[in-house]
Amino acid sequence: MNVEHEQAQLMIEIKGLSKSFGNFQALKGIDLSIKKGTVFGFVGPNGAGKSTTMSILATLMIPSSGYAKVDGIDVTEHPHLVRKKIGYMPDFFGVYDQLKTDEYLHFYGASYGLTKPERDVLIPQLLELVNLSDKREAYVDSLSRGMKQRLCLARSLVHDPELLILDEPASGLDPRARIEMREILKELKSMGKTIIISSHILPELAEMVDEIGVIEHGEMIAVGNISNIQQQLMAKRLITIKLANGQDQLKAFLGDHSLVQGMFVDGASVQVQFSGNDDEQATLLRTIIEAGYPVVSFQEAQTDLEDIFLAITRGGASEQ
Amino acid sequence: MSNILANMKQLFINPVLDKEYRLRMRSAKSMWTLLSYLFAIGLFATATFFVVGIGSNGAGIYTNDFNDILFIVMSFAQLGLIAFMAPGLTAGVISGEREKQTLNLLLTTQQSSSSIIISKLISSLSFMFLIVFSTLPIYGIVFLYGGVSPSQLLAVFGFFLFNMLIFGGFGILFSTLFKRTMLAVIVTYGVVLFMFAGTAVIFLICFTALQDYINSGIPTPASVEWIIHILAFNPACALLSIFQPEMFKEIVNVTSTTYKGFFDYVPMWLEYMLIYTVILALCLWQAIRKLRPVRGRSKSGL
Repeated sequence: MNVEHEQAQLMIEIKGLSKSFGNFQALKGIDLSIKKGTVFGFVGPNGAGKSTTMSILATLMIPSSGYAKVDGIDVTEHPHLVRKKIGYMPDFFGVYDQLKTDEYLHFYGASYGLTKPERDVLIPQLLELVNLSDKREAYVDSLSRGMKQRLCLARSLVHDPELLILDEPASGLDPRARIEMREILKELKSMGKTIIISSHILPELAEMVDEIGVIEHGEMIAVGNISNIQQQLMAKRLITIKLANGQDQLKAFLGDHSLVQGMFVDGASVQVQFSGNDDEQATLLRTIIEAGYPVVSFQEAQTDLEDIFLAITRGGASEQ
Repeated sequence: MSNILANMKQLFINPVLDKEYRLRMRSAKSMWTLLSYLFAIGLFATATFFVVGIGSNGAGIYTNDFNDILFIVMSFAQLGLIAFMAPGLTAGVISGEREKQTLNLLLTTQQSSSSIIISKLISSLSFMFLIVFSTLPIYGIVFLYGGVSPSQLLAVFGFFLFNMLIFGGFGILFSTLFKRTMLAVIVTYGVVLFMFAGTAVIFLICFTALQDYINSGIPTPASVEWIIHILAFNPACALLSIFQPEMFKEIVNVTSTTYKGFFDYVPMWLEYMLIYTVILALCLWQAIRKLRPVRGRSKSGL
């Protein structure tokens, strides 16, 4: 019963998904489960397998083995049912230059089976959501890249899908356009959509995602929320202990500690590389205070997301 | 019944067709294509008018024979132009979307593969029909002098329409199979060239091999009649059979007062249309199958 309930809560279920192109194995049996309403960040270097996974979910590619399900529906067995549930935005896409913005959305709306009265109500709302209301009569050709990206996002929402598959939606955008895109995605998140969004830049996703999955060389290296992954992957924590005095004595005091991997004195602070967990970290602080050291502050350094990304991706994939 | 009508409406009056019409008619290229076509056929008609007119009699008297020749020559020119134009208009309809990176967006919609393929074919055919229809005033020249009936004109235009469908069917199949438009266009031209020249060459090789045997008068008409079926694959011969039904039987001496062969019952143009209807159906079926890599289990996934 619990298993059934858990499965009903899943928007995406991927098991042993592989895809080969000749001798090149783009995906090597990945497993992934994403719950409904989750914003999932798919991170990995270029060529790691993000777009391939997303193409399979978007019913555009057949996996070599394994399966992928969207809301319990197998993407290869019932693709037409899956297409109703997904809104897909590929990393590279074209537009019909000789259509107006309004006509462009009408075309896709009609392609999803929406009637003209339904589209007449929906399209102004979508244009409002993506801040393109003033471009309704403009030819798509005349829009900037950022506007085209937003228009494509509106297109992917035209049939009110439960799942949004966004492959690098902010690539090639200037900082302002990135912020605009991020605000729209936050809005969509608040609307309860399940979103799977890929990027090769982790900090770009950090603000809005609930979970991340890190993929490299076609293998899923880590899945979970950012802090869990951080704990899981960043075994050594960097702790900054600021003292009123006695920095060198503290260095000597901690020299024999089994969980301290290294230390150096940095002005009034001692930087400690610590391999313990949260409880052991608390014990360390108590030990130092009980030993009489004048601790001014005891702080774990916030690990930069870029550091996590570099730590978990072993490098080199971007050269593929 | 209303459900069937709704499905038919969905298939033929659908967003893809609407979008194709808008894009095609907004493109300046379409207008230039129309202008160039009319200019070419007009130039050809004028040249034929003078060349045939001067050649047939020096007195400038135009007879019904002259009109027949003018009509036939213009019809062949039109068929040639259609064969030249159709691959160019259809062989890029799917691969072009792939190259412009709009195909994936289209394939993730609820539009069925059959609806996409048929809409694209209808859109291309409509434009070709517009072009051919706009040549009617030029055809009006032959009516000035009589000799050609409106029913003959209709039959020829019906034949053009059928050929557009066939060439278009090949174009759309190769456009689906090949990623590059250029390759699809080249292969489609290759197939169309084979229909015209390849079948004629095969016929000539077989005919040359059998010529002495046929001329000896030994064989029965039934034993050599098969060779004419090769020409039933050739659009030009099928068009000629509309004007001169007996001509091909004379080639292999199977005209006889007593013998009734296949072509006495089924005219060559009809055999041509039957053969290519089957081929067209196969082309469209394959194009629909190959458009989406993921087809699923149920029919609606097509």
